[in-house]
Amino acid sequence: MDDRMLARIQGDPNYQALVRERSSFGWTLAIIMLTLYYGFIAIVAFDPGLISTKVTGVLTVGLFMGAGLIVASVLLTGLYVLRANTRYDDLTRAIVAAATGSAK
Amino acid sequence: MSRNLALCAALATLASPALAAGPIEAGTMQATNWTAIVIFAAFVALTLGITYWAAQRTRTAKDFYAAGGGVSGFQNGLAIAGDYMSAASFLGISALVYTSGYYGLIYSIGFLVGWPIIMFLMAEPLRNLGRFTFADVASYRLQAGPIRALAAIGTLVTVSFYLIAQMVGAGQLIELLFGLPYLWAVIIVGVLMIIYVTFGGMIATTYVQLIKACLLLGGSTLISLLVLAQFGFDFNALIAKAIELHPKHDAILTPGAAVANPINAFSLGIALMFGTAGLPHILMRFFTVSNAKEARKSVFWATTFIGYFYILTFIIGFGAIVLVLPNGAYHDAGDIAKGLLGGGNMPAIHLAHAVGGDVMKGFIAAVAFATILAVVSGLTLSGASAVSHDLYASVIRHGNVDEATEVRVSRVTTLVLGVIAIVLGYEFEKINVAFMVGLAFAVAASANFPVLLLSMLWKGLTTRGAVIGGFVGLISAVGLTILSPGIWEVVLGHPKGSAWFPYVSPALFTMPLSFLCCYVFSVTDKSAQGAREQAAYEAQYMRSQTGIGIDAAASH
Repeated sequence: MDDRMLARIQGDPNYQALVRERSSFGWTLAIIMLTLYYGFIAIVAFDPGLISTKVTGVLTVGLFMGAGLIVASVLLTGLYVLRANTRYDDLTRAIVAAATGSAK
Repeated sequence: MSRNLALCAALATLASPALAAGPIEAGTMQATNWTAIVIFAAFVALTLGITYWAAQRTRTAKDFYAAGGGVSGFQNGLAIAGDYMSAASFLGISALVYTSGYYGLIYSIGFLVGWPIIMFLMAEPLRNLGRFTFADVASYRLQAGPIRALAAIGTLVTVSFYLIAQMVGAGQLIELLFGLPYLWAVIIVGVLMIIYVTFGGMIATTYVQLIKACLLLGGSTLISLLVLAQFGFDFNALIAKAIELHPKHDAILTPGAAVANPINAFSLGIALMFGTAGLPHILMRFFTVSNAKEARKSVFWATTFIGYFYILTFIIGFGAIVLVLPNGAYHDAGDIAKGLLGGGNMPAIHLAHAVGGDVMKGFIAAVAFATILAVVSGLTLSGASAVSHDLYASVIRHGNVDEATEVRVSRVTTLVLGVIAIVLGYEFEKINVAFMVGLAFAVAASANFPVLLLSMLWKGLTTRGAVIGGFVGLISAVGLTILSPGIWEVVLGHPKGSAWFPYVSPALFTMPLSFLCCYVFSVTDKSAQGAREQAAYEAQYMRSQTGIGIDAAASH
């Protein structure tokens, strides 16, 4: 990778959009995930009584939280894939086309 | 503290049944289960066939290390899930649910939540920057020698402890279920694993993992359905019955004493979540797909399968409380008070018998053994790659080595690792293997993960910062684990309460310490070399984002 090519790609508005959008979306989802999980751990550590409070029949708050975290993990990764498959892949293709096309 | 040890025990792939049941005596060896042997023989025959086929296709280093880079996202997701669903998850977590109820679910969740983080921050850059090992990524703009040496040592420490635990677990499972002597069992695992890896490389290892993942998911689903069917598919009724029968009653739905201490709860959470993102045999799988898009799909499928699997282990654990716990036939000498036949990790196996008779038990036992075999192969391949690709080719020969020689070194290393695994598996038969897996997760979170993450996402990281941060994380994680009660008091036999480090996992302290050292020794690094490494970040970042410049052969 020579410096001129690097500078050209860095100047590409598509590249700037890709980096900005992916980074902010990725970190947003990561922070949501970290908040959910360490929020859960904080409840386990500081308010264990809430975990064993019954919601319906013998099923407790903790069981619903556990199932919720598993489902949230799958949904959030799915959400990222959906967005990446459309928006980020389109941007990447445009960047690669511009870089290789103008290099010839 | 005994609760903490119980959980370590469950973590340990397949903590020794001997641990709970006392030393195994010849008399407790069970009658030969022919269903198990037939199913297991069929599995071995099939996988050897695949290894032969894979050997024909393994020509280049890329074939050997990364299955030619042509694995699809779905297949790779299943293989990652297979690597992750070791006997620790299947037997260990279901056993933990069986003894401690909700506490087992806290564990499962910790194992799962690392995956979204890998997806959002790491999966795509990993694929775009690496070739065969995660050291490729960490050393992309840093000095290859010291960084690869660090990564290889981190890999070997992580892999060794996992490997020994798997071997011991496999030996004891076979001894108990197939009626074979322990030594034979360990040799069978070692020899099969050497064959898969040396001849079939990553291609065979991946397909063995795929088959096993399907068997394990299928078998677990079947047991769960059979359990739920007994309660008219009313989950509430299952839990209610379990509360009634379990000696702890309502307390099985509370978090448990071991996480009552907030420091333990957070430290464990950190080790489980971020340890995942530093396990070398898992990271290696990101290089078997052709591009970042497939890497993404891999994580999505892996997260889905692993999440589903942990829901099943929870049902299996509660099913065992209802169907195994009150049944004298599954306990030593028919006495419920005497503990489970075959030790504390066997609830899932006994449950299979309770819902499906000898055939189901044979099937599940064969699947559990196949699981160990597949995970051992993946671990060995990643250890062998660290030696051949990172230490031999890059550090010792400075890159002046042809691919054929490098792959030959890798095969020889596999052979050596296999023999070492057999010897250590045999030697460690009676030892508490729990601490080894705990150590593996703590080391992965404290040494491998910080260096890998910062090398991809922080411009300021220099070789000096990475090497000091990585080694500080490695040494402090290993050291504090040895000083924790699990080893200091139980394994080394010091008096109770004398452990210097009172917590269950060191990760809460060692992971931030490693990040801090990476940061401090990078920003104070004023060398010209350090400045060059920081300047090279932009080009690396561009490639990590777009994949431009990636190995062209990856697209075939």
